[in-house]
Amino acid sequence: MGERRKWHERLKVTLWTLIVPPTVWAGHFLFSYLWAAISCAKDGRFAKFPVLFTVGTVIALALIVLSGWIAWKQQRTVGDPPPHEQGTEVDRLRFLAKSTLLLAGLSFVSVLFSALPVVFIGDCR
Amino acid sequence: MSLHDQDDAALRAAQEDRLRKVWEPPKGLFLRWTDTNNNRVGVWYVLTAFGFMLFAGVLALIMRMQLAVPDNDLVDAGTFNQLFTLHGSVMMFLFAVPMFEAVSIILLPQLLGARDLPFPRLSAFGYWSFLIGGVFVSGSIFFDVAPDGGWFMYPPLTTRTDLSGLGADIWMLGLSFIEVSSVAAAVELIVGVLKCRPPGMRLNLMPLYAWYILVVAVMILFAFPPLIAGDVLFEMERLLDWPFFDAQRGGDPLLWQHLFWIFGHPEVYIVFLPSIALFAMLVPTFARRHLLGYPWIVLAAVGTAFLSFGLWVHHMFATGLPKISLAFFSAASEAVAIPTAVQIFVFIVTLWAGRVVWSTPLLYATGSLAIFVIGGLTGVMVAVAPFDWQAHDTYFVVAHLHYVLIGGTLMPLFAGLYYYWPLITGKKLSDRLGRTAFWLIFVGANLCFFPMHLSGLEGMPRRVFTYPEELGLGGLNLASTIGSFVIAAGVAVIVLDLCRSPWRTKAPRNPWAAGTLEWLAHPDDEDWGIRSIPLIESRYPIWDQEDFVRKVDEGRYFLPDAEEGRRETIVTSVLDARPVSVIRLGGPSWLPMLTAVALGGVFILTTYHFYWAALVSGVLTLALVLAWLWTGTAEIPEKPGKPIGHGIELPLYISGDAAPGWWAMFITMMADATAFSGLVFGYYFFWTRHEDFPPMAMADGPGVFWPMVALAVGLATWLATVGAREVHARGNVSLARVLVLLGIGASVAGVFAGLAGPWLSGMDPQAHSYPAIVWTLAIWTTAHCGVAAIMLAYVLARSLAGKMTPQHDADIRNVTVYMHFLALTVAVTYLTIGLFPEVA
Repeated sequence: MGERRKWHERLKVTLWTLIVPPTVWAGHFLFSYLWAAISCAKDGRFAKFPVLFTVGTVIALALIVLSGWIAWKQQRTVGDPPPHEQGTEVDRLRFLAKSTLLLAGLSFVSVLFSALPVVFIGDCR
Repeated sequence: MSLHDQDDAALRAAQEDRLRKVWEPPKGLFLRWTDTNNNRVGVWYVLTAFGFMLFAGVLALIMRMQLAVPDNDLVDAGTFNQLFTLHGSVMMFLFAVPMFEAVSIILLPQLLGARDLPFPRLSAFGYWSFLIGGVFVSGSIFFDVAPDGGWFMYPPLTTRTDLSGLGADIWMLGLSFIEVSSVAAAVELIVGVLKCRPPGMRLNLMPLYAWYILVVAVMILFAFPPLIAGDVLFEMERLLDWPFFDAQRGGDPLLWQHLFWIFGHPEVYIVFLPSIALFAMLVPTFARRHLLGYPWIVLAAVGTAFLSFGLWVHHMFATGLPKISLAFFSAASEAVAIPTAVQIFVFIVTLWAGRVVWSTPLLYATGSLAIFVIGGLTGVMVAVAPFDWQAHDTYFVVAHLHYVLIGGTLMPLFAGLYYYWPLITGKKLSDRLGRTAFWLIFVGANLCFFPMHLSGLEGMPRRVFTYPEELGLGGLNLASTIGSFVIAAGVAVIVLDLCRSPWRTKAPRNPWAAGTLEWLAHPDDEDWGIRSIPLIESRYPIWDQEDFVRKVDEGRYFLPDAEEGRRETIVTSVLDARPVSVIRLGGPSWLPMLTAVALGGVFILTTYHFYWAALVSGVLTLALVLAWLWTGTAEIPEKPGKPIGHGIELPLYISGDAAPGWWAMFITMMADATAFSGLVFGYYFFWTRHEDFPPMAMADGPGVFWPMVALAVGLATWLATVGAREVHARGNVSLARVLVLLGIGASVAGVFAGLAGPWLSGMDPQAHSYPAIVWTLAIWTTAHCGVAAIMLAYVLARSLAGKMTPQHDADIRNVTVYMHFLALTVAVTYLTIGLFPEVA
């Protein structure tokens, strides 16, 4: 021990960090919906593959991957023996990190789901 | 000398006497209803919700009798409309949601080893609100004035007073009142799960039921308020003729559909998740092993909660929205199948890996999964927009939603009923009757609802009171009707089983040999909840922790006594459940019931347009709330702290974000902010629906000047309060009082400045949706300024009365939380109504 922990290991894990990946999905979803609704209502047309949408989707996916990667590292924190169901600091950390990782997976897929319509539907009809 | 104080039997007996005395329920014909103990209130709540379910079930049977044969004339079209509207509304608002709240109020303290939830009087208030509102809404059908616009109350037919009667007002105001009790329950349950866990119960040891309840309660905060916002607009249109949904005057009926379904779809998961949570408790018990994949269940619950807010437009696929918009919601609707499936697989795998005991509750659980999966699969079908266009408003959708709700809500609740009945009454229900009922319900549900898939695809529309013989649907409908009576027979068998319970002998303690905390309950239960609050080291402490039950019973854990004669429980930290303080809980009181009656008066009297009487009722409500707060909250204890055993001493007073009261304010204001965002959504929604919004002729109002003044004084209120909190904490009480006075002045000025904009520019809210929505935002915000003035006056009075000191400052800290949200509301409102017309 005594060695300096890496930056991603020092981050504090809480209920708030647990919901980062799905919150990013929610933000992306709201952004997609509002962007399509407003551009259809106000411009009356809907451009295919606009830069704004692509950039927004890439940012959302990157945030989810980042939070998933941090969670992946943290849920491998060395400590108590498996099955990691003890009432200890390490097992609580591993649990929250594991749940965050799983949510990151779900959120990644869900953001891709939300992006697909833009690939296949190019107008406001 | 004994090693441990609790070895002394005489001491234990004395402690038990004190606890018994403190937790003794009030006696007497009337006084007993002033009780606030979760054991009692929870049982009243469950029985009332069960009664409403039976009532709504009877309504369904009448509908099925009417539809049994073609061209039937058992009931007329008008009555039929009332029947299906009330059936849906009662099942959702008066059975499914309250039932989850009721079950949680009973179970949660037991699961968390707490003596009671943090705000017992709030639970009681929620119950009385629910009872009054429920009877008001349900009773309307006996006077032929029940709501008849469908459980979703789509305008414009329901907002035009020449086309719809009193029923729409009864629905809107009666159910708004019940939404108050739902938000109250959400506050209670979130704070309960986060702050009242027993020491050692870190987040990863929390019973999964508590995880689900936490998630669902948070969902309520974001789902119910948009409906409350919709209700506000709806009643403004009905009572004052403000045209939010009238297309001829710039309104749009689709706004209602958005607000309703932003509530309505998460609602489905709000009633589904707590029921499936019961599985997470009973499956490990009957699999005789720990549940596999604990984090996967958390994934499922949290993931479903988020995704469920991206589904609402799939109820609006046929409204002509751009297909790109439909596709986003279609995508999210398909995605939600992933977490839903995950939890079902977790249950299956746990059973697979365990040594299964085939009990009656498990029979209900597995049977309901089968039904639910069928409903889920048709859900994936209707989530595809082109399929939905074919099936929309047909009996196919009726079949889908009943499979989901019977498999996902009703039958899991029956599983929970058979599982938890011994916990509540000390007696088991009959396995023979239970299994008979199960097979009747299971066969009946399939016989009733499977044919509806076919009749729907063959063209049977929803909500018609009869159909012609030539349609060729007589056989399928008759099958559905027979099925519905088979379900009813099953439910009747369960009711019979419940009625026979008082004559049965007591079951042994923990009759299912479960491992979770709630089964500490004793058949001859005491009212104190738990003898001593344990230290938790495992998810299944009864199975895993040595001598656990004996140690709890002998008071060897924490808080085994009630020396000062007060009801108490332990507050712990959110992540790791470290003990933080001991809080004193509210005891029996008339106040919750009277407050509910007074608030009910506001809603019910408004329904009949008795506005002055409603105003009196409103003032009375305010007076009662203030009396409740003054006598029951932020009490300065007689000593700073008390020992809870094992050498630990905890404070008796905490303030700020460690305190339950602070969290309650924060959570309530989250709901308030969500309702407000529903109104703001309305403003911008109108903007997207119109070529020019605000319309050229009206764009002068409310101007820039008065909104900016209102913004400034609103922010001044906020700053004054924050400043008062800071100097007060540093001991400068006089300056704090001056700042509070300044805050009162600023908030009163905020009321006038906020209304001055639309008033002085002569905006006529009946003319167009633009002035109507501007007025609504201004009134909402100024009302909040008015409440801010009352709160600050209350704080000042507390300080002058010596009930608030720099060491005991919960009041001003909680009021500051309100002011943060006030500042946000003020900023959004006045920047929108003041500056947006300039840039639009």
